[in-house]
Amino acid sequence: MSALLSLNNIWVEYGDKVVLERVSLDIAAGSFVSIIGPSGAGKSSLLRVILGQEAPTRGSILLDGIPLRPECGPDRGVVFQRYSVFPHLSVLGNTLFGLECAQAPFTARLFGARRRAATLEAEEMLAAVGLGDSLHLYPAQMSGGMQQRLAIAQALIKRPRILLLDEPFGALDPGIKADMHALITRLWTDYALTVVMVTHDIREAFTLGTRVLTLDKRRHDPHAPHRFGATAVYDLPLTRKKRAPVSAGAEASITLDDVRNN
Amino acid sequence: MRWVNRRIARGNGILLGAIPILLLALVYLVAAAGRHAANPSDKILPLPSGMAEAMASLLFQPDQLTGKLIFWADTFASLQRLGLGLGLSTLSALLVGLLLGVLPPVRATFGPLVTGIAVIPPIALLPILFIAFGLGETSKVMLIFIGIAPFMIRDVAAHITALPREQIAKAQTLGASSWQLMLRVALPQAMPRLIQAVRLSLGPAWVFLISAEAIASDIGLGYRIFLVRRYLSMDVILPYVAWIALLAILIDLALSWTSRRLFPWAHGANH
Repeated sequence: MSALLSLNNIWVEYGDKVVLERVSLDIAAGSFVSIIGPSGAGKSSLLRVILGQEAPTRGSILLDGIPLRPECGPDRGVVFQRYSVFPHLSVLGNTLFGLECAQAPFTARLFGARRRAATLEAEEMLAAVGLGDSLHLYPAQMSGGMQQRLAIAQALIKRPRILLLDEPFGALDPGIKADMHALITRLWTDYALTVVMVTHDIREAFTLGTRVLTLDKRRHDPHAPHRFGATAVYDLPLTRKKRAPVSAGAEASITLDDVRNN
Repeated sequence: MRWVNRRIARGNGILLGAIPILLLALVYLVAAAGRHAANPSDKILPLPSGMAEAMASLLFQPDQLTGKLIFWADTFASLQRLGLGLGLSTLSALLVGLLLGVLPPVRATFGPLVTGIAVIPPIALLPILFIAFGLGETSKVMLIFIGIAPFMIRDVAAHITALPREQIAKAQTLGASSWQLMLRVALPQAMPRLIQAVRLSLGPAWVFLISAEAIASDIGLGYRIFLVRRYLSMDVILPYVAWIALLAILIDLALSWTSRRLFPWAHGANH
């Protein structure tokens, strides 16, 4: 299988502190890569490098064989643990934003027939993540789980080549987390996504991923612990898991209970 | 129950808030009545009747020289200067603050200049303004502008700079250019903060307005207060000060209402 994303000998250094060293990876299209590792092992740094939020100190990253610019772009979607949605836009506005940026370079707003078409597309996307009934809520009125659903819909409407998740379900309680796992698995299948997810939750990493990467330091100098960076120490393909349709239970919409803790 | 946990109902809140104001008024009345008992022509603490009498001529009788109703002409002139000063400051805070906040090269280039201007005491610039713009309206409006705009610019810029990096990254993954990011992400989120900055600048703006009017003017609320001071006319000064306070409160309430009306998302979850 050809590699969608390849990292060649990536180093990330902050001053004389080496965070990542010699990271070389090929990520195949359609895979779901979970990245785990202890705190401070550079999981988030790796994700930021792939996202383009930071440039690696050394090494190159190719997406479809083309070097990535060290800048975020619409070919990579992202969902962070927090602050992923715009507080001043409604659910619909948040989802429309990506379409408006692409279609209206100057005003970044759509009107008339184009707006109606974009709204239809956004509503379809929101229905797919279970927010079909919450189009006009603002993020502050929604629970953490709903905000993450919105963040996913917002990212997926741009049809990114690769979806990056930075501890997306870390702040959610266990019941909601299970719902979100079902959702992301279904979306991964339905939209043929390639996903890279950073997580603290080992169980989550193995449940969702088709491949689990562990970042840690191979070498350790007790007198200068910052001089060696982390790299991928385990790279486990979970071959038994294929892109399979998820079992029922992933209904198209969620219901809100009285305390809105969904 | 601990005092930190006491919640005041709305009705009681109005009552509690009114008590000190009424007490102060009462103390004033008692003191004024005392002085008038000793000297019926006392000017220092005029009675309400005296104030009403003095104000009536300013409110309802055209001035012999200009033919204007002095109180209303003063109010209009002052509000016009204040409005122009605040309007210019708000506009520049929005434009400059947005550019400084969103674009690092602009921030690096002009940030130190704005900070430098902000630390100059504006009154120290008043002579320069008088020399540069003359003694007319321009110098008064410019004093208000120079007095409050740097603070507002820095406040708005700092607020935009403090937007979560995740949000900026997210917008870019959704395809936003620098311009679109400014227009759709930074600008709307700066607006409630801008209104907040205007509210905070209202006090200093009045200070600069009254100062400018006191020094060189022939009309305006500040001018009138400083003019009648020569005749110890407390019966005019006190109603004018009360009127200024009332205007300031009304402007503040209007701004607060506007912000909650236009930007409900910025004012808590229950909108």
